[in-house]
Amino acid sequence: MTRKSALNPRDWDSHPRQLHAAYGSTLHRAQALPPLPLPADGGEIAGPSFRAPDVREADADLTRNGASAGAAIGERIVVSGRVLDERGRALRGALVEIWQANAAGRYAHERDQHDAPLDPNFLGAGHALTDASGRYRFTTIRPGAYPWRNHPNAWRPAHIHFSVIADAFAQRLVTQMYFPGDPLLPLDPIFNATENRAARKRLVARFSQSLTEPEWALGYSFDIVLRGPLSTPWES
Amino acid sequence: MLGQTPSQTIGPFFSHALTAPSRDYRPPLGWVLAEDPVPGALIRVRGKLLDGTGKPVSDGMVELWQAGSEGEFRCDGKFRGYGRCGTDGSGLFRFQTVKPGSTGPGLAPHLHLAVFARGMLNHAFTRAYFSDEPAANAGDPVLSSVAADRRPTLIARRRGGEATYDFDIVLQGDGETVFFDA
Repeated sequence: MTRKSALNPRDWDSHPRQLHAAYGSTLHRAQALPPLPLPADGGEIAGPSFRAPDVREADADLTRNGASAGAAIGERIVVSGRVLDERGRALRGALVEIWQANAAGRYAHERDQHDAPLDPNFLGAGHALTDASGRYRFTTIRPGAYPWRNHPNAWRPAHIHFSVIADAFAQRLVTQMYFPGDPLLPLDPIFNATENRAARKRLVARFSQSLTEPEWALGYSFDIVLRGPLSTPWES
Repeated sequence: MLGQTPSQTIGPFFSHALTAPSRDYRPPLGWVLAEDPVPGALIRVRGKLLDGTGKPVSDGMVELWQAGSEGEFRCDGKFRGYGRCGTDGSGLFRFQTVKPGSTGPGLAPHLHLAVFARGMLNHAFTRAYFSDEPAANAGDPVLSSVAADRRPTLIARRRGGEATYDFDIVLQGDGETVFFDA
């Protein structure tokens, strides 16, 4: 456990509502009743700490960690960013896990039946811990778009799933990172489940020339902001 | 103040990354939080994740965060305090852990849970208290704050003589589990 202080509430103007009719799977899985409040000092404001044995450095390179006999196919990219709280403070030692489809838009998952090739050298799963400045860094393949059956001719925009576990259980976040300029974004019910346009923009990575590695890979920057310590009116 | 990054659904295709070993990949978290010998009583917690039509959710994930047997929050070699389990074709999840101690005066022992699934745009937080702690439960401020008719959804039920507790989670509708805005 690294910290125990009350947290700002989840910002329900930034997070989507549970029931979003355009995303059909929410219909039977969204809670019908509102969540109940908890005391601010419950065990939810504590959280785990992860240590080296749990995390292999090799698992930050998805072009290699699933390879059986060669390089993963597709456009190599670097995805890096900082995990911060709302006050901009770096969250060190956060566990960041990512997973994604391959370059052809197919997951290495038994239930993904999309008629697109699997890549024997790409699993599409990795993880890393943030450093003292809250930074994580992955090397991976740019994922492809893929169809789903939510509505006629529905396609998910290219995205990378992110899971973040930081200092407090209550800060837990699972989200998706999208790519700038994707024409599918305005059509995607999951991306647009977040009604607030400014909040939605936080889900789109920025192209970064400084993260781009010459002769090797384009870089994308994606910062993640979690709930921070409770702000009080007299603090600036 | 920076704006919070919005939550998005975990989607249907996460198990190869988060809950099940795949090729050489080992997700950093699993359903075993503690193994014998460990201070305290080793227990199993199992349950079914159900949707609003009563159907099992076979592509969900439950995470568990809890105190150790003395009520302390820690993560070390013997006791991890944090775990996760994907649901199977019957919606079942399970954990092997220790029974937590009380984390403060008047607080009944409990587990902190987070539920994820395709179709859930945000994860949902809940708590599991223990059926064999009636006296502690009766005095717990969180349990007492919940309407009596919904309180049973927060109780993990001990099976006869076994150190196994059943805790089903209903996402919606009849018998909807109490979720918290943690």
